[in-house]
Amino acid sequence: MRKQLEALIFELSSPGRKAFTLPGLDVPETDLPESYTRDQPNLPEVSELDFVRHYTHLSQMNFSIDTVFYPLGSCTMKYNPKVNERAASIEGLTHVHPLQPEATVQGSLELMYKLQEALKEISGFSAISLQPAAGAHGEFAGVLIMRAYHESRGDEKRTKILIPDSAHGTNPASSAMSGFSVVEIPSDERGNVDLEALKQECDSTVVGLMLTNPNTLGLFEEQVLEVCETIHACGGLVYGDGANLNALLGITKPADQGIDVMHFNLHKTFTTPHGGGGPGCGPVGVTEELAPFLPGPYSINEGDTYRLDMPEKSIGRLKSFCGNYGMFIRAYTYIRMMGPDGLRSVAENAVLNANYLKAKVSPFFPVAVDRTCMHEFVSHGDVPGTDVIALDVAKRLLDYGHHSPTNYFPLIVHDALMIEPTETESKETLDNFAEALEKIHQEAHEEPELLHSAPHITPVYRLDEATAARKPVLCYKG
Amino acid sequence: MKIDPNARYSKEHEWVRKDGENYLYGITDHAQDQLSDIVFIEFPEPGESFASGDIIGVVESVKAAADLYMPISGEITEVNEHLADTPEILNSDPFGEGWIVMFKSSDPSEFESLISAEDYEKLTGEE
Amino acid sequence: MPPYLPQTADDQQVMLETIGFQSVEQLFEDIPAEHRYPELNLPQAASELEILDELYGMALKNSTTGCFATFIGAGAYNHFVPSAVPYLAGRGEFVTAYTPYQPEVSQGTLQAIFEYQSMVAELTGMEVVNASHYDGATSMAEAAIMSINVSRGKRRKIVVSPSVHPQYRQVLRTYLPGEQVEITGDEDLSTGLDDLKAMLDENTACLIVQNPDFFGQLLEVDDLAETVHESGALLVVVANPIHSLGLFKPPGDYGADIVVAEGQPLGAGLNFGGPYLGIFASNMKYVRQMPGRLVGETVDTEGKRGYVLTLSPREQHIRREKATSNICTNQGLVALIAGMYLAYLGKSGIKEVAELCYHRAHYAAKEIDKLENYKVISPGPFFNEFVVQCPQPVEEINKILLEKGILGGYDLESDYSEAKNQMLVCVTELNDRAQIDKLVTVLSEIA
Repeated sequence: MRKQLEALIFELSSPGRKAFTLPGLDVPETDLPESYTRDQPNLPEVSELDFVRHYTHLSQMNFSIDTVFYPLGSCTMKYNPKVNERAASIEGLTHVHPLQPEATVQGSLELMYKLQEALKEISGFSAISLQPAAGAHGEFAGVLIMRAYHESRGDEKRTKILIPDSAHGTNPASSAMSGFSVVEIPSDERGNVDLEALKQECDSTVVGLMLTNPNTLGLFEEQVLEVCETIHACGGLVYGDGANLNALLGITKPADQGIDVMHFNLHKTFTTPHGGGGPGCGPVGVTEELAPFLPGPYSINEGDTYRLDMPEKSIGRLKSFCGNYGMFIRAYTYIRMMGPDGLRSVAENAVLNANYLKAKVSPFFPVAVDRTCMHEFVSHGDVPGTDVIALDVAKRLLDYGHHSPTNYFPLIVHDALMIEPTETESKETLDNFAEALEKIHQEAHEEPELLHSAPHITPVYRLDEATAARKPVLCYKG
Repeated sequence: MKIDPNARYSKEHEWVRKDGENYLYGITDHAQDQLSDIVFIEFPEPGESFASGDIIGVVESVKAAADLYMPISGEITEVNEHLADTPEILNSDPFGEGWIVMFKSSDPSEFESLISAEDYEKLTGEE
Repeated sequence: MPPYLPQTADDQQVMLETIGFQSVEQLFEDIPAEHRYPELNLPQAASELEILDELYGMALKNSTTGCFATFIGAGAYNHFVPSAVPYLAGRGEFVTAYTPYQPEVSQGTLQAIFEYQSMVAELTGMEVVNASHYDGATSMAEAAIMSINVSRGKRRKIVVSPSVHPQYRQVLRTYLPGEQVEITGDEDLSTGLDDLKAMLDENTACLIVQNPDFFGQLLEVDDLAETVHESGALLVVVANPIHSLGLFKPPGDYGADIVVAEGQPLGAGLNFGGPYLGIFASNMKYVRQMPGRLVGETVDTEGKRGYVLTLSPREQHIRREKATSNICTNQGLVALIAGMYLAYLGKSGIKEVAELCYHRAHYAAKEIDKLENYKVISPGPFFNEFVVQCPQPVEEINKILLEKGILGGYDLESDYSEAKNQMLVCVTELNDRAQIDKLVTVLSEIA
């Protein structure tokens, strides 16, 4: 990792320098309407080499899957195959305008259709829309679908969405955006949804339940069938948050468990890269009953041709055009590379890796709920008898060349470290990581200052987040 | 944890203290400690009236946000504008310079119904 | 063995022994037995060369902008992408990093996004730019929600111009369904700026206009913000196409409170509609009501400059149901690309690209207008898109153009029933004079 700081691109600027070349003007000039014109925007002026070095240096200041182990819980930071990137840069697929006549984009529509079909088979749902651009966008679609379904039946008294306390923050936020109130359901001591508490909230005002399974503790809901039956019995629907689908590929189909609507995270389960924050892709799948409400358009097949279609009672468009198409290509490539047996091995190895790492780590950082886990587990990150907290452990791990696990989440576990190794990491990597944690545990007792002041190998030390928020500087001011 | 013996308290870790005819209101030492570095306070407008339990504003730290609840019904007469520029005062002096709003209340009995300093100390001790 | 899975049979055996399990299947006993290990009816695994062959086959069924002279825009724009941009944006350290939650090992992404925020602020004339939304349409919907939040939920009417991109208006209605918010103004295409101003009242959260509008027209915005602000509402400007800001007044200069735009033209390519880039900008006054991630500057424990995600309590992972938006994953890499594109073009480049678009578009418009059966009906100044009244349905004309190697303009009738035989033509720096002349010639042959 590069240790030296990099100047801002503006600070590298020198008047008159430039990187671009453009063709000369080959048509007569037309006067500009003067009352509409502006002063030149003050953008940087750099040479191409300055430009290349700048961004190369910046890249060297990042941890990434390509460079280090990245066990960020709930994020499924698995290896992103390079064939995906090649596939997504095939000019015949990238140099296509979204509003071209359908006859001229049959290849793109075919790929969409085939990806929809594959996701149906993997999940057990009857219909898929690829339109949502991210997990939270897919959730929002799901909540709007539930809303539209109830409205279509004239059932307008349903106003509340039930959400387990272990859920991602996007669940309540998506519910609130749709105008519903949120009721939090506690977890029981085995990390499941507290069934008794759930039953008490089940009445004729329930829109649905938002269930993440496996949940954010990395545990499979042991009573998932009963949970879904309970919701259905009061007329509600079950929304599945598919963030953790990686554990279930080929092992079980969410629709079979009673889930009515679910989003996928192509950027978690299906190896499309995270891009330092996005783009993701959050397709949504539904049962036959909910299929007419899907967002659109999606791709349908008529004989030898494909075309875009809007579902009959669609909640509408969630973004312009078809969705994050580049991600469709990558996910489709991955599914085809793996095949059905390969996908099943993905889930098996993801779960085996997590349980193995749990066994190695838990003597030093005990797990919050000690059961067989799925793709991830949550440990307490503090070190009793010292003043070391999970944040210190997370930062010290960076010095050992590993990215930190997720910290501060799920909210129901004090000082959580949420660890998801994924299936693409070797036993040696897992052993190295466990060893690092063991050493850090020892350091916490012997040299706690080493942890409090960590990380040390990075371009910057710990950053003053309080000042950043109190006196926000959000733009270069020159 | 510091406690102001002259104030009364709410379960949401807010304090209220008589100040002449009016009342001062803030968050407790325990609350600021839980939130850690406070970076922003969203105030109500002077002149606004609230019932007890209404949300009157928000306190934000780097990693958390907490709603401010009106502990007893009343009308806001003043907000502590110093906090807008120096929210860290809420961390350093929550019972003094870190008061958040001043309000007047029409029903003094509501104040008496709040938690006493002794009971609040016990409450935080249990957490 | 499937690809990307390093564990050998021996590894698996040792690992199972370590955790005290007999088999991998045993790990899944929490899953209801009747639903375990279902049949998965998918095509068998393909090798890398087979899957690439399959995709090349699909690609051949598309007509691409690489082979056709492309005159379609309407929200997605065919611009040249300098080679250095995808080369650097494709670096694994950018592509395979997560959201920069650990700032010490994410300074690359954080600084690049800070630079993006700064450059887009300059381009739009605004004070704050967030780290991106999904696309221009969702940015606009979030702007409407933010306007309602700025009024603390008291104002619940959104006035939107009919000349805002039709798909953006559809997304707005998906985001704000039901009776709780009134969306109005766009019922009739003849509704102009003055009519929209007349609709503003004490219940209006914002007025949304697009400039240049969906038909390519530059708006007369002189006293627009003043009128909007008098009513207590916010002015939201959809600044599309974004390259127009290389030449024409940024919305910040004429008083916009929120500026949104589609950032795709800034180096992202067409990609059949995504991933694109939702640009979202506002002013410091409203920063706490803004949705999305923000990167801010600060110092480390030694006083060195560094960057962090900041003002996070607005966001869902902290505020949950009270968050300003549910957005989490955004379009980070596309924002990085846009930042790179702007840095590469720089101060003079953005202007020169915009000028090429402008002059070539005006040349095309003049030449088409000379044709007997065609008329350019754009009434005022435009940037690089204009409306042509055609002698036949646009769909028919486009079929003929396609045979001659031309992807024709957008058929306005598909969104506006009154726009019969009207084509929205887009010209960029990728359409040289020869392409334009060819378009004019082919059109002239269609009477």
